[in-house]
Amino acid sequence: MTPPETTPPAVRMTGIEKRFGAVRANRGASLEVAVGEIHALVGENGAGKSTLMRILAGLFPPDAGTVEVNGRNVTGWSTASAIAAGVGMVHQHFMLVPTLSIAENVVLGREPRRGPSLDMARAFLEVKGVAGQFGFRMDVRQLVRDLSVGEAQRVEILKALFRGARTLILDEPTAVLSPPEVQELWRVLRSLRDGGGTIVLITHKLDEVIEVSDRITVMRHGEAVARMPTRGATPAEIAKAMVGRDVALALDAEGVHPQATVGGAALTVRDLVVHGARRERRVDGVSLTVAAGEILGIAGVEGNGQTELVEAIAGLRPVASGEIRVGDHDVTSLEVRRRSRLGLAHIPEDRQRRGLVLDYSVADNLVLGRQGAFTTGPVLDRARILQNARDRIAQFDIRPPDPALPARALSGGNQQKIVIAREMGGEFSVLLAAQPTRGVDVGAIEFIHAQLRAARAAGKAILLVSAELTEILALADRVAVMYGGRIVDVLPRAEASVATLGPLMTGCAPAGASVP
Amino acid sequence: MMLFAFLAQTIRIAIPYLFAAAGGVVAERSGVISLTLEGFLLGGAFTAALGSYYGASPWVGVLCGIAGGLALGLVHGVASVRYRADQVVSGIAINLLAIGLTRFFLHLAFDSSSNSPRIPGFAANTAGGSYFVGLFHNPLIPIGLLAIPAVAWVVYRTPFGLRVRAVGEHPEAAATLGVPVARVRYVAVAISGALAGLGGAYLALDQHQFTDGMSAGRGFIALAAIIFGRWDPMRAGLACLFFAAAEALQIQLQGTQVIASQFVQMIPYVLTIIALAGVVGRAVPPAALGRTE
Amino acid sequence: MSRAPLRARLEEALLPPFVALLIALVAGDFLILSVGQSPGAVYELLLRGTWGNAYGFGQVLYKTTTLICTGLCVSIGMRAGLFNIGGEGQLAAGGFAAALAGLALPGGTPAAIAVLLCTLAAIAAGGVTGWVPGVLRARFGAHEVITTIMLNFVILALLNWTIATKIRVPETLHTPDVHAGALPRLAAIIPAFHGSAANLSLAIVLAAAALTGWYLFRTRGGYDLRAVGLQPEAAEYGGVRVGATWIRAMTISGALAGLGGINFVLGYKHYYEEGFATGYGFLGIAVALVGRNHPLGVVLASLFFATLSQGGLAINAMVPKQMVDVLQGVVIIAVAASVPEVRRALQLRRRSAEA
Repeated sequence: MTPPETTPPAVRMTGIEKRFGAVRANRGASLEVAVGEIHALVGENGAGKSTLMRILAGLFPPDAGTVEVNGRNVTGWSTASAIAAGVGMVHQHFMLVPTLSIAENVVLGREPRRGPSLDMARAFLEVKGVAGQFGFRMDVRQLVRDLSVGEAQRVEILKALFRGARTLILDEPTAVLSPPEVQELWRVLRSLRDGGGTIVLITHKLDEVIEVSDRITVMRHGEAVARMPTRGATPAEIAKAMVGRDVALALDAEGVHPQATVGGAALTVRDLVVHGARRERRVDGVSLTVAAGEILGIAGVEGNGQTELVEAIAGLRPVASGEIRVGDHDVTSLEVRRRSRLGLAHIPEDRQRRGLVLDYSVADNLVLGRQGAFTTGPVLDRARILQNARDRIAQFDIRPPDPALPARALSGGNQQKIVIAREMGGEFSVLLAAQPTRGVDVGAIEFIHAQLRAARAAGKAILLVSAELTEILALADRVAVMYGGRIVDVLPRAEASVATLGPLMTGCAPAGASVP
Repeated sequence: MMLFAFLAQTIRIAIPYLFAAAGGVVAERSGVISLTLEGFLLGGAFTAALGSYYGASPWVGVLCGIAGGLALGLVHGVASVRYRADQVVSGIAINLLAIGLTRFFLHLAFDSSSNSPRIPGFAANTAGGSYFVGLFHNPLIPIGLLAIPAVAWVVYRTPFGLRVRAVGEHPEAAATLGVPVARVRYVAVAISGALAGLGGAYLALDQHQFTDGMSAGRGFIALAAIIFGRWDPMRAGLACLFFAAAEALQIQLQGTQVIASQFVQMIPYVLTIIALAGVVGRAVPPAALGRTE
Repeated sequence: MSRAPLRARLEEALLPPFVALLIALVAGDFLILSVGQSPGAVYELLLRGTWGNAYGFGQVLYKTTTLICTGLCVSIGMRAGLFNIGGEGQLAAGGFAAALAGLALPGGTPAAIAVLLCTLAAIAAGGVTGWVPGVLRARFGAHEVITTIMLNFVILALLNWTIATKIRVPETLHTPDVHAGALPRLAAIIPAFHGSAANLSLAIVLAAAALTGWYLFRTRGGYDLRAVGLQPEAAEYGGVRVGATWIRAMTISGALAGLGGINFVLGYKHYYEEGFATGYGFLGIAVALVGRNHPLGVVLASLFFATLSQGGLAINAMVPKQMVDVLQGVVIIAVAASVPEVRRALQLRRRSAEA
């Protein structure tokens, strides 16, 4: 398992601690990567993978722990010294200047000079040379903004190689790539490895891990929880390490819940297509229905189109094609207010950005979206807003129970309770619940789950999107799995389990199964 | 004859625009808003007058003009880069500060609230028909005409220029490659102050005196030229010449009542608004322009 | 823990102006010492010349009136997340419209009706000049900082052209006197103010400030507007049309600046004169900044800047009055630089208190 003692590992990180404010991103994380291997660093969102790798790349120092590269202690180094030592990182969000050419992006910071001026001719030549050496076909004079996502990513890799990187870190490199572009990337990575390079690949897609890596480290809650050679590892095994053994435990405690009486279709989505910023199809022909008295869970690794799907249904993102109906009403082109009046409620996935005006009081946040109903003429009815706040605060146990406090001052769980209280405290027929328990404590999770079950019992239709399989399995009546912008399968609750969903979520099972 | 007079007049009017726009382009391309050009021009004009008067040489005035613009530029740099102040607010404060400081020290130095005494300057001798030869009696005119191509060379053909363009579009990307974002912006703002200060020096030395508020909105016309020229130095320079030509034409036509001067004055501003609104192809500013975080 | 955030918010709001005042005071000391005077004596004279006598105080009130309007103009834009620096053009347009209305009305129009109509004309003209950059931003994505500053020049040039060619009193840069709509001076009520320009538009403007506060904090429109300024994405989620709110905010913003035109035109000179608005737009930014975009803060900050401006005249014998121009710039730049700094310092303290 361990590499020969004679050559030090390319990377050895031990006992890494890192906090951001109240969040402990890394808690004693460790990692060891041998020279000449493709090492997959896997884990769910928020497991601390990116933080660990940014520490390695010198973007910020760890609070505690040591970082060694090729046997040398480099803890707390800078990006510049990381680059000088041959450690390069390709970020998830491209660090490219769109208005500059490929060559200009690559040479930025170490420009070839001729006297006082920039020697662009040499820059073109040198960049072209490095590109050719690694088999990249590109016109280095082209502007980056005209490149496809895959090409832009190759420029990122080229930047690192141009600086002589021997250890390359890639953060979720395939999130934005099409399948052929992914294959091209694998080709590049393999040839780098075969030339003696070392690669750390951050991902949460297990099909990729199996396909391309030599060794795997699994992270969960800021720690490295497993380390294994890829040969012989199964997706189920990796998925279990990613999610943790508490999956099975939670399921046992929960059991399979009694089926509520299911009514007619309350939410219908047909052939929905939603574009992303680069005109790519973030939602690619999704059809689904949610019946009254039913929870449809959407499982899937984040970034597979769930966000765009929910926002399009809510009216916050333009629809390229397809249809959305709430009850009998076609709402595809209605604005947010009209949809909410037709009975559509929405718990957004990012409560701090979307769901709350953080500097508004708890009371004011409790009427956001329904502010028009709390007025006399043009004037806000303060007494009613306050009464509404008192009622909701009591009913949903929001703490501290002070309607005048700015939402910013509350804990994450109580902020989420404000959103839940607002969306579920009024009249609604369809609820979009996106990551409803993200970042809240255990008590709040139980409370929120109870609310969702009660709503189902009351005949509401609920579309639940969650990155937590445990949550989907605990609540959903049917489970749809989203991968690459499509719904790849819909399972009845009885057939859904970590074992059946895991491969679907990570793209390992044959796609194109049944669509409701 | 008329045509030569018109061209010569265009160039004389354009020089302060060209200096200010050349400097402003560098600052804006690095991501720092150039609402300050007006203040730099005014400050540069005043310090140039001081220098020329007490140094008894227009060249001392030129150096002092550069220094005056530079000093204001550094104040703007410290406020907006070091302290991350809102660049619009800081820019307006710089302009007000320039008005206040020039008035205060005008009073102290020359005991006047309106103008300095006559100072040594550069005479552009356009009498007697030798329009172009006469123009070059004022050395700041050829320097001003060269400022734009020089800045274009810096922006597009030097390592510093590449860094300026990168920092103004995507500072994080530049930072990950070890480019010192703050330092690049300081230098860019300093350049804009120095060049606009030269423009101010031209104003004072050309008229052989400093008068209160003598920048008279020229800094904003230069800003309009930058935007109308879509943040490209050469196109901004052409816009300066175009705006100046419109003014020169209006002066030539004065008294003929063909078009009122006020409508000529509007041209740069109306064109800029149209360019920004994207009626004929959108003018897109550098992506990180004005961003402080 | 429940009250701590409120205290922090107050600190965040009040510390920057306080720091700025201190810095301005020090800068003022330097300027005063540079002309060989004693700062204490100069500041004392400044206060005596403004708040120390009825005439000086009346002049302070007169300048306060216009500043409240341009300060509110900038503030309401800021509350919606927009930077309206077109206050000067909007103010001039308002004053011009008030004068036009006053000229159009027959001489015998009852005062109340005439004042009402002239005031409405000022508000409407300012509103339209604010609406234009609002639409340019919401529909065409043209940034309001540049469009408002450019529109300033366009509006002023248009007004100058009209004055120069259409309705000027020969040999002057102003229109004839209005036939109706003139507002009485404060001296007509309190004789001690005799000679000062302070007039009844102060009452109208204070009412507008109160109305602005009411709109911002008590109405649904204000709720939406502030939500757009704080978190546009949350506002959109809450069913607020962001673009329409921008247009509305810019229109109100321009209307408030336009209202300021009555102070000079109806209350003081009874005609529109080229250049009466000069400087008030930019000073409005200073007022909004120091007043932290709150109507009450704007009124107080207006008083401060008006005092400074009038105080310059009072100290002119000892120190060039231009000193106050410098101090205005120093205050603005110091507030602008200390806002992010204070926020960072408070965050740091909060974090270390948590850890």
